[in-house]
Amino acid sequence: MDNLSLLDSVNPEIEDRILSRRDVLTKGAKASSATIAGFALASVPLALAALAKDVFAQGGGLPQNIIDVLNFALTLEYLEAEFYNRGADAGIIPAADTAIFEQIRKHENEHVAFLLSVLGHAAVPKPTFDYTAGGGSDNGPFKGVFFHFEIFAAVSQAFEDTGVRAYKGQAPNLMSNKAILTAALQIHAVEARHACEVRRLRGNFSETSPNEGWITRNLTDIPGTEATYAGEENTVQLGINVPSITSVALDEVTESFDEPLTKEQVLAIVRPFIVGL
Amino acid sequence: MKNGLTSLDPGPEGLFRGRTRRDFLRAAGLGGAALCVPALIEGCSQDSVTGVRGGQGNQGTATTIVLDFSTDVGVLNYAYALEQLEAAFYVMVAASFAGDLIARERIVLTDVRDHEVVHRDFFKTALGASAIPALTPNFSSVNFASRTSVLTTARVFEDLGVAAYNGSGKYLKSAANLTVAGKIVSVEARHAAAIRDLLQPRTGYFAGDDVIDQNGLDRAFEPGAVLQAASPFIQETITVTGV
Repeated sequence: MDNLSLLDSVNPEIEDRILSRRDVLTKGAKASSATIAGFALASVPLALAALAKDVFAQGGGLPQNIIDVLNFALTLEYLEAEFYNRGADAGIIPAADTAIFEQIRKHENEHVAFLLSVLGHAAVPKPTFDYTAGGGSDNGPFKGVFFHFEIFAAVSQAFEDTGVRAYKGQAPNLMSNKAILTAALQIHAVEARHACEVRRLRGNFSETSPNEGWITRNLTDIPGTEATYAGEENTVQLGINVPSITSVALDEVTESFDEPLTKEQVLAIVRPFIVGL
Repeated sequence: MKNGLTSLDPGPEGLFRGRTRRDFLRAAGLGGAALCVPALIEGCSQDSVTGVRGGQGNQGTATTIVLDFSTDVGVLNYAYALEQLEAAFYVMVAASFAGDLIARERIVLTDVRDHEVVHRDFFKTALGASAIPALTPNFSSVNFASRTSVLTTARVFEDLGVAAYNGSGKYLKSAANLTVAGKIVSVEARHAAAIRDLLQPRTGYFAGDDVIDQNGLDRAFEPGAVLQAASPFIQETITVTGV
């Protein structure tokens, strides 16, 4: 049933494309092995989900602005996936926290694979990363990130909270493609789940600020991540000054809304981690 | 409680069963025939964005609310309905905590209550005169004296809320409205993760394989499926048009 999640979000026009053999043939789509395997197994939902990816992968009609957004997302997912892969290899994650980080690692690698399948040949290659935030010097402020779990967990939190804000900021740019918008929202929610878990883990699940699952004002206990939280203290939504229309206290009002970041703001945050960006 | 909750649990199996068949029929070229036509309420004005209309059934008090998803007001009223439900639930939870909820679990639930109340109050103000009326919750299936019942119901609501926002974003026409929905859904996803971690601490359950698929995607539900799952908890009948 999980195979239906993509199709469920496909709008009628795209669904027609997916289901039209002529369209597929015209565009010269090659069915992937997964598609063929799906049909061979007579698993129609599996085959359709795979075919949906094949059709997307043609770039067939994906406008450049959407390709740009997806490549931006792919770059962030590359950053996260390799981070958790290297963290797992480094052997620094305590046994009690392994299940959490393995789940996150799995998802980030799945996000990379998913975006690659949607982008096909339009996908950007994986950059070289410096997880100390040293711009390639391997001597940045997070030096020791793969030696000390506390640093690793702090960088993890920053990546997840940044990821949430990045996807949120790009959602309006995907409105012309409902299937891709929905998929992006689905990833966005997973990043938020990750962020919550890592934030609480860093406070040893004591639920004390600022190590709660949600972001209070623009508070951060991680030096060097101020830009990741800048603007989270906003209290005006759709022109409404929210504290003035609710009895809930201001701190909790700011926790109730996660704020977006622009692509430029996100790139400024991740640039020290990406060599040559 | 357990039996009641099981029957109400809008897990993926229950929600997708009908959709699987529909998608299969669509794939078989029967799409149009397989689509359900929303039942139009007789006499209900079709240009009414909220379409609130008192029912005339035997019970006399039943109210039917029609949400028109061809307008952002309809979609935002859908969010308002869900936030009303969540806020009412956590207000009851926090008014008299189940005795077996420990202190740090109460901290989480109190925060979540505050956030849901903010979301409810925000939508009510944003929608103004177009807002649907206050809903009447039905929590008869919940045992508020039981930690397990409270947390399991909370998990259902939070996971459902995430799937609802994820599935309805595509209907919004205004980028500003989409952004504000995005600001809220990630907080709902944080809630879902926290509540799940209270149920199965320090495991992968906060983003479990039961809600995240093999592409790493959270769930996205159409409004009809969400409202069907939510309907046992709401006295009023809510239907959707324009999807």
